[in-house]
Amino acid sequence: MATAQAAAPQTRTIVNDLVLHVATANGSGSQTSNMVLLRTLFQMGIPISGKNLFPSNIQGLPTWFTIRANKDGWIARKQDADIVVCMNPDTSDEDVETARKGAILIYEETLNLAGKRPDCIHYAVPFKKLIAEACPDVRLRKLVINMLYVGVCAQLFNFDMDEVRKAISTQLAGKQKAIDLNVPAVEFGYKWAAENLKKADPYRVERMDGNKGKIIIEGNAATALGLMFGGVSVVPWYPITPSSSLCEYLDEYLNKYRIQDGKRTFAVVQAEDEIAAAGMLAGAGWAGARAFTSTSGPGISLMTEIIGLAYFAEIPFVICNVARTGPSTGLPTRTMQGDLISLFYASHGDTKHIVVIPSTPKEAFEMGGEALNLAEEFQTPVFILSDLDLGMNYWMSDRFDYPTQPFRRGKVLDKEALDKLNGQWGRYRDVDGDGVAYRTYPGTDHPKAAYFTRGTGHTPDAAYSEKPEHWKANMDRLARKFATAKNRVPKPEVHSNGHAAGLIYFGTTTEAVREALAVLDHQHGLKLDLCRLRAFPFTQEVEDFLHSHERVYVVELNRDGQMRMTLNAELPRFAGKLRSVLHYDGMPLTADNVVQQVVSMEREK
Amino acid sequence: MAGTTEAPSTNKAGLQKKDYAGSKSTLCVGCGHDLITARLIDAAFDNSLKPENLVKLSGIGCSSKTPAYFVSRSFSFNSVHGRMPSIATGTALANRNLKMIGVSGDGDTANIGMGQFVHVMRRNLNMVYIVENNGVYGLTKGQFSATADKGSKLKHGQVNHMHAIDLCALAVELGCGFVARLFAGNTKMMKQVLQAALAYKGTVLLDIISPCVTFNNHEGSTKSFPWMKSNELAMQDIGFVPAYDPHYEEMDHGDERVIKLGDGSKITIKALDKDYDPASRTGALQLLAQHHESGKVPTGVIYLAGETPRFVDHLGMVDVPLSSLKEDALRPAKSVLDEVMDSLA
Ligand SMILES: Cc1ncc(C[n+]2csc(CCOP(=O)(O)OP(=O)(O)O)c2C)c(N)n1
Ligand code: SF4
Ligand SMILES: [Mg+2]
Repeated sequence: MATAQAAAPQTRTIVNDLVLHVATANGSGSQTSNMVLLRTLFQMGIPISGKNLFPSNIQGLPTWFTIRANKDGWIARKQDADIVVCMNPDTSDEDVETARKGAILIYEETLNLAGKRPDCIHYAVPFKKLIAEACPDVRLRKLVINMLYVGVCAQLFNFDMDEVRKAISTQLAGKQKAIDLNVPAVEFGYKWAAENLKKADPYRVERMDGNKGKIIIEGNAATALGLMFGGVSVVPWYPITPSSSLCEYLDEYLNKYRIQDGKRTFAVVQAEDEIAAAGMLAGAGWAGARAFTSTSGPGISLMTEIIGLAYFAEIPFVICNVARTGPSTGLPTRTMQGDLISLFYASHGDTKHIVVIPSTPKEAFEMGGEALNLAEEFQTPVFILSDLDLGMNYWMSDRFDYPTQPFRRGKVLDKEALDKLNGQWGRYRDVDGDGVAYRTYPGTDHPKAAYFTRGTGHTPDAAYSEKPEHWKANMDRLARKFATAKNRVPKPEVHSNGHAAGLIYFGTTTEAVREALAVLDHQHGLKLDLCRLRAFPFTQEVEDFLHSHERVYVVELNRDGQMRMTLNAELPRFAGKLRSVLHYDGMPLTADNVVQQVVSMEREK
Repeated sequence: MAGTTEAPSTNKAGLQKKDYAGSKSTLCVGCGHDLITARLIDAAFDNSLKPENLVKLSGIGCSSKTPAYFVSRSFSFNSVHGRMPSIATGTALANRNLKMIGVSGDGDTANIGMGQFVHVMRRNLNMVYIVENNGVYGLTKGQFSATADKGSKLKHGQVNHMHAIDLCALAVELGCGFVARLFAGNTKMMKQVLQAALAYKGTVLLDIISPCVTFNNHEGSTKSFPWMKSNELAMQDIGFVPAYDPHYEEMDHGDERVIKLGDGSKITIKALDKDYDPASRTGALQLLAQHHESGKVPTGVIYLAGETPRFVDHLGMVDVPLSSLKEDALRPAKSVLDEVMDSLA
């Protein structure tokens, strides 16, 4: 009988609070097993998050999946795991080091780990031997061996087996053969653990009611849904991790839900590169479609010339940057908030762009639709700034609300409007004083509808001009337009209680910051006010927040403090108040990291 | 002028020639590009094109400026260097009903724009893609482009040692259905082919040798007016019969090849030198290869296939332009969101 060596006597039970880290090889099918673990916990009502730390490789390299389940809703990444499942012989020596002191190790018996980490609780499992019994067909063993650890974990930590079976059905929806293969494997692992392992650790999960009305979704799928319900119609794209799944989801949803009498109310086209994708966006936006693409940092770099053209020629389209770690090819499968400046000011000359920054799938959904509105309202490229962590990881989310507001298509003159104006109009005239001019769609059946679009200097009536006064007036109008946009972009989420110190953050640092704030308060007696940015340009609320705090921490995932730099540049009078809290190793932020940096700066203040 | 009160002629669209005019050209006097512009105006008028259905797109260069000089009643987009094809593709996706004229230069297409050129040739858009080919970058003052022939000389004597890129050969290779090489100085042929190209529903590549009088019209250039005058090999006598011409059927066709286009118009091709079959892809490639050796420049219709389904047809899109769709077509019902949410719970 295999026994667990207990390093420390079991003194207490820890309920619904664990970090489970699974180490496998890429392409080994472990994704299904990990999703079953995640879903089971979710179905049991325990708040969870699931992060996939995978290599830039298709098969064979190490990959990790980390699940955090926490009854209080703390679901940010944690540095050290409570439970480590080692299935990858190539990395097991390192993997056991990711366990915190006194943690639990579950591993293939033949891996030579028995002498390692004596501080930990060891469960050695003969996975290879067991799979031979559990799965008679040799060819299928590789596919289901990972299901054994699901069973072992389920037994050790008290997962509800009915929920496990349900999770398998959901995960393998429609593939009955696969379900019939996987369920017995889990049951086999469960039974073996019950008969052979002696529980020596304090972890267990119990059903609770933390997830009512929630869903599990990746951010990329959420953005895609937002765009579909926002009426996107032209989607040229070029694959790049971690953005590809956004356009793939979008294609899938559109083909399912946007068919009219057997025909598509959209076009999804694979472009030859990102320059072409951007060019297609510009052509489609110019000609009156709601145009969108997703990309990541390297793609943004290539698109930059056309982004400037669209800014200057005033063409709407939306690009979602699902950011990854740069510069260059960088860490293609890791996360970063590293493309702030390259988006805010993308392209040469005086350029500034509207950028919306979701931090949750629900926001990604809402901002997907809203970005299309803002782009057409302001006739300009609009960016959604997401990142790998939001885009490709699994998040619990509230259900999305059906959008009830009509589309805002902006100032467009059709044939009837032109008739009323007797054809008297000018493409770049600031008729309303808000910097936003009127446009027409190519194909409008009116002899005065047409105008000449160019990236060169032009008059209010769209004629070519190199005159200094024309150039300057046009640039000033574009600045006016941007100022108008400042009042329309999503406002920050501010929690102010009159504390002297404030903290600014955005995007996927949200969970870590939330948790850090509680720790700072409870363990260090430090109280901070919060401001979560949701857009560029910065709205009045951001200015007010900076104004009303003595010192303000800016939390971001890059080396140079790009958001801090931008705040300094846009709101220079507060520059002296800003302090950077930075994290840039490619991994999602942890609360501990924030706590440490803030505590040490607060001491020095 | 006093006396003559003869009404200016109108075309089938009820428009006069002046309705197809553009702003005044700002190119050098004598530039080949202006000859092309003039024939484009004639061809658009004679085809009775509705300016509202036409869009003009271009990249950057002297050639790419020319959309400003014809049919001001049409929308136009002078974009960035080498990227016109993608802008045109996006435009076609948003509004499948538009007829597009893309104007580019040899540098805009064969150098910076090569990547997009080859891909747009693979996509069958409703576009006449015109390369105003002078073998140099006019706008940046006369550097070689990738269509410059091996051995040709710049104004100050530098020799090009690399092979020229033959855009016609590439276009044929990549599936473009209508490919012609023309000489801007042969205005008669140019006008007929332009008319046929505008009537053709699909991508047309017109590689028009269009001398740059300022930087590439000297001795030693193979893209000059004098060189082309003595080396053009006009292969065909080309005619165009618009769809509305009622007399044509009764005419004697003789040894002409008659190709009917989708809108009912016809292009007639009478081979002059030899019996060249423009429907043969391999024949086309052979002809081009052969004349790289001879130094002669065959002009005329290099390749003309029947019209085939367009890019937008393959995409299975609705028949109306996507740009005309409103919220009722673009936003699925609440039940759809409920269904998706349930599947994720
Ligand atoms: C990205 C970029 N690089 C370089 C230029 C400078 N430039 C303008 S036109 C041109 C060459 C145009 O040559 P071609 O397309 O042959 O046109 P032509 O002037 O000969 O008609 C160049 C290099 C530019 N506008 N943009
Ligand atoms: S520089 Fe050459 S191509 Fe440009 S306008 Fe003058 S003649 Fe034409
Ligand atoms: Mg040129």
